[in-house]
Amino acid sequence: MAVDMNMSILVVDDYKTMLRILRNLLRQLNFSNIEEASDGADALKMLRKTSIDLIISDWNMEPMTGIELLHEVRSDDKLKHIPFIMITAESKSENVIAAKEAGVSNYIVKPFNAETLKSKIVTVLGDF
Amino acid sequence: MPEGRVDAALRQRLEELESKHGDTVRTADIAEVVESMMATLKGDVSGADVAIYAELESLARYIQQAKIEIAHLRPDQVKEQYLPAAADQLDAIVEATAEATHTIMDATETIEGVMENLDGKNSRKLMDATTRIYEACGFQDITGQRITKVVKTLKDIEERIDALVAAFGSEIEKVKAEQPEPEEKEEKKDSGEVLIHGPQLAEDAKSQAEVDALLASFD
Repeated sequence: MAVDMNMSILVVDDYKTMLRILRNLLRQLNFSNIEEASDGADALKMLRKTSIDLIISDWNMEPMTGIELLHEVRSDDKLKHIPFIMITAESKSENVIAAKEAGVSNYIVKPFNAETLKSKIVTVLGDF
Repeated sequence: MPEGRVDAALRQRLEELESKHGDTVRTADIAEVVESMMATLKGDVSGADVAIYAELESLARYIQQAKIEIAHLRPDQVKEQYLPAAADQLDAIVEATAEATHTIMDATETIEGVMENLDGKNSRKLMDATTRIYEACGFQDITGQRITKVVKTLKDIEERIDALVAAFGSEIEKVKAEQPEPEEKEEKKDSGEVLIHGPQLAEDAKSQAEVDALLASFD
């Protein structure tokens, strides 16, 4: 199934530079509908009032981390179907395992490149 | 009871010696006082007890000396001056790199805007270049996280030093009274060393306009 390039993507990171990098790279991949949140709690609020098709989230944020956000999303009947890509500098096996057990769709290690970002989105959503 | 008796006997003998010799006491007289004290102790305190007391006394002296030496290291200065200054400098790095990264991305977005007016091949080349710039800008996120980690570590160290300062409070106050803060700037004014500070934090820095105004004030 072809990916809808107008799908809404929620990018979550506490670093404004990273939000902007992700927004620009996603735009270069032809995604145009991109929302931003500065931490898990902010993201959760947005998720409960806006329709989101894909979450790309950092792990290390305050007050709510990416893994906490993932747990919240997966335990909410209205949100649990949303694909969730973790994009983080936390690359220890224990992190990856914890994310997998919490239901992450895919995992990108920072620093990353555009090709990796694209390939992980393709893995989660299908080719575009 | 034994302690009171020993103290009284010793005090009496010392007073006799002092009235006889003043401040100058012969070694033999000191030995006599010690022997008489040890004799008084017999039956009240065993040799092993004396050895333990001596060890404890030596340990107490050692601890006191260590306290004095640590107080001279001025942990209060480390806590109040050096650690906050280091944390401020690190925060300034994060801020400056974030600002520079946004400037780079501003310029890159402008290039992307121009790129739309170019033909396919040139447009693709520029697109690849801008993608690489965005990827490289990710350094700010990584360095920012690493620096934030270091700042947190400094804060942990600060808390521990805080406990040390509280424990050594009186010793540190003594050292502070004995050794007031040196007026480094005055002493080093001629050496030029005092003029080297490295980049200023934003609140301490003069703008180019302020520097120009200062220079102009000499005309």
